[in-house]
Amino acid sequence: MTATTVNVGIVIVSHSPLVARGIADMVRQMVGDSVPLAWSGGNVHGELGTDAAGILRAIEDAWSEAGVAVFVDLGGAETNSEMAIEMLGMPRAAKVTICNAPLVEGAVMAAAEASGGASLSKVVATAEELSP
Amino acid sequence: MEPMLIAGLIEVCRATIAANSDHLCALDRAIGDGDHGTNMQRGCEAVSAEEANLSSLPLPDAVEKIGLTLVMNIGGAAGPLYGTLLMEMGRELRAEDADDAFPIILKRAIDAVARRGRAAAGDKTLLDVLYPVQDALAHRSRLSDIARRAERSAGDTAPMKAMRGRAAYLGDRSIGHVDPGASSCALLTMAICRYLEENRPE
Repeated sequence: MTATTVNVGIVIVSHSPLVARGIADMVRQMVGDSVPLAWSGGNVHGELGTDAAGILRAIEDAWSEAGVAVFVDLGGAETNSEMAIEMLGMPRAAKVTICNAPLVEGAVMAAAEASGGASLSKVVATAEELSP
Repeated sequence: MEPMLIAGLIEVCRATIAANSDHLCALDRAIGDGDHGTNMQRGCEAVSAEEANLSSLPLPDAVEKIGLTLVMNIGGAAGPLYGTLLMEMGRELRAEDADDAFPIILKRAIDAVARRGRAAAGDKTLLDVLYPVQDALAHRSRLSDIARRAERSAGDTAPMKAMRGRAAYLGDRSIGHVDPGASSCALLTMAICRYLEENRPE
């Protein structure tokens, strides 16, 4: 899933593999291959849950020098994503942001923004505008 | 002594969580997503599977590695929380100054958990057991008293309103239920105290 663009990458994290994959499909339909995209859903056994190592792999798969925006569903998804970003280590960790935005709308809006070559901060801001 | 101690502690923690897995899931069903017992069990079994390797490591490395194994295997918010506690404790043990007593090391590790969860004492989380246990340790309480303090502190989370995690979505309806994370933390503390009392008399 390595894209050769300099566009910001998008990572979808959900407790459910079905949800994560479904949203990734929607994003892909929207922006094609112009945006590096990866998802992580479920725990290490693919059951409902989240998996720090899996999230780390997703961030690496969607890696872009322009940065990566991560979208999460509930509590543990956020905490495990923070853990994954720490494991990624500096300097790359500084280029990864967890967005405070609704998962579906946030990821789609962010990807649309990213496909136009927007910076990470612009991509994140666009998604976060959706949150009250 | 140390390899035996590490192996023994890994086993009592695994056994305690396995014996209480259903109970922890039931607590979690009331105010969360019902998987705390199975998540903790998965984490503890992963640690057990690495026991031979872990007990051959120096204590700080073993503790840090246990933390990482928990992060990788628990699969819920408890992974990064328990993981951070142990990883931080391992790092602190390695960097230990001669003056740094264990309660100070534990305090720093608990503060790291609080930062990770963006939670504070009173938010109905495992912190509501960790901080009292640390306080008891700092006051040189006996192991049996530390265990009792842990048990009581977990019970004390019942009247609290959850501020973090999925239980927070329930708002006032979280009141009246013991927090599953606080409960697993108390069970582990009690098991560790009991083991140390039997195997390392003060």
